[in-house]
Amino acid sequence: MNEFLLAIHRDLTSKDASPSPEQMQAAIKPFQDWIGSIAAQNKLVSPPKRWDADGRVVKQNNTVINGPYAEIKESLGGLFLIRAKDYDEAVEIAKGCPILQWGATVELRMAIPPVQ
Amino acid sequence: MKDEVLLPHLFRIEYRKLVSVLSYMFGIQHIEIAEDIASDTFLAATEHWSIHGNPANPTAWLYTVAKNKTKNYLKRNQLFEQKLRPAIRYTSSASEEMEIDLSPKNINDSQLAMMFAVCHPGISQEAQVALALNLLCGFGVQEIADAFLTNKEVIYKRLTRAKDKLKEENFEVGQPGREQIGDRLETVLTTIYLLFSEGYYSTSQNTILRKDLCAEAMRLNVLLAENELTNQPAANALLSLMCFHASRFDARTDEAGESVLYEDQDETLWDTALIKQGENYLNLASIGSKLSRFHLEAGIAYWHTHKKDSAEKWENILQLYNELLQLAYSPIAALNRTFALAKANGKPAAIVEAKKLDLKTNHFYFSLLGHLYTEVDDSLALEHFKTALSLAASTGDKKMMQKHIDRLQQTATTVI
Repeated sequence: MNEFLLAIHRDLTSKDASPSPEQMQAAIKPFQDWIGSIAAQNKLVSPPKRWDADGRVVKQNNTVINGPYAEIKESLGGLFLIRAKDYDEAVEIAKGCPILQWGATVELRMAIPPVQ
Repeated sequence: MKDEVLLPHLFRIEYRKLVSVLSYMFGIQHIEIAEDIASDTFLAATEHWSIHGNPANPTAWLYTVAKNKTKNYLKRNQLFEQKLRPAIRYTSSASEEMEIDLSPKNINDSQLAMMFAVCHPGISQEAQVALALNLLCGFGVQEIADAFLTNKEVIYKRLTRAKDKLKEENFEVGQPGREQIGDRLETVLTTIYLLFSEGYYSTSQNTILRKDLCAEAMRLNVLLAENELTNQPAANALLSLMCFHASRFDARTDEAGESVLYEDQDETLWDTALIKQGENYLNLASIGSKLSRFHLEAGIAYWHTHKKDSAEKWENILQLYNELLQLAYSPIAALNRTFALAKANGKPAAIVEAKKLDLKTNHFYFSLLGHLYTEVDDSLALEHFKTALSLAASTGDKKMMQKHIDRLQQTATTVI
């Protein structure tokens, strides 16, 4: 089993792109069911947290800008760790993410096992 | 109370109090002395009462004798006393006479302190439960062996090892401080819940013993809820959970001692007073910001006190299981979550999810599949129930699986 970082990116730049309160409400159940499904398979390493949409970005020369990468269309929306055999299995899990239908993308990164 | 039942009854209630108070006084490293004095006291009672009849106030009699025996013991053991004296509580330098405080408050304080001592991280959970039964609930080695479905020697060894560990660690039986409560309350609650589950889920046919275990777990939890320091949301949540479970105690076994499935239970046998109590404790638990697994499990148990199926009931249960699994994975929670998913989102969705579970050695996994395929594909359902039967180990579980098979075959014949 390997650990994978599962990052959900959403477009926070345009108001239209972000879900309405009704959409958010409607997304809670499928999202919770999806996480519950991963957890029921004992493939959840750490439970997801909720992140605010405020954010700060720190750059070279101590430049600090507000907002989570406002200039790119794919800001980080959710982040947690799962367990999977390989990329194929991790991809199958990620396909279940209900936020995909609202235009989100899910990025997967496999953790490199520490050298023994 | 009749003479022949008075002493065993008092033994169960008073023995543990004497042991706790004396250990609290001497320090846990001298626990055998506390146990010896408590045993001697009851021996004296057996002898004296059989000749002279029961005293007017049996409890007071026991306390007086215990106090005298303690004083005598300490007098006889001058050397020991010199070592022990500095450690003994309640001894003011002004008074030569040692006071042994058997007030209700000190009894409760001592039992609470003992509870935290027993739940020492260096002691295995199994041993913690055995110790709690022995020292806090006054259960004998035989009774504990019966509860664990094992023999006396195993329990005796387990207890001796655990007591040695307590001595070795030189753990002080003291009132838990605030920091200690934070760290150890969770262990204490887990031990209490294991104690309860031992009674609730045990396949032992001894219903009285099983009920006793549940009642003892609840009594210990009440002690926590009554103490200002330990009266925390998680403690109330666990108490609430146990009230909800215990409310079904009489409905979940039939006269023959066989378990009755939840959907077949006669809800008029459910104890409404306990359900009400459970709701009260759940309200008390609903403060603060920390959500414990006991909160979630109590929530699930709360919805199970509503017999009637409703979309709201199963949606709530499903979401509580989703959250519970994020906090702590367990195969049984994964299976129950999938059962709730079938009720909330339909069987086809649940079958897809069930297939993702890697629990192929668990008989409950196959009974879940059997349940999910019932009315979807009855022959497949039957196959799964048969696999479940072949994997079940205990007689109780085997009977339950057979019941599923019988029921399925019965409906098949009715259709034809």
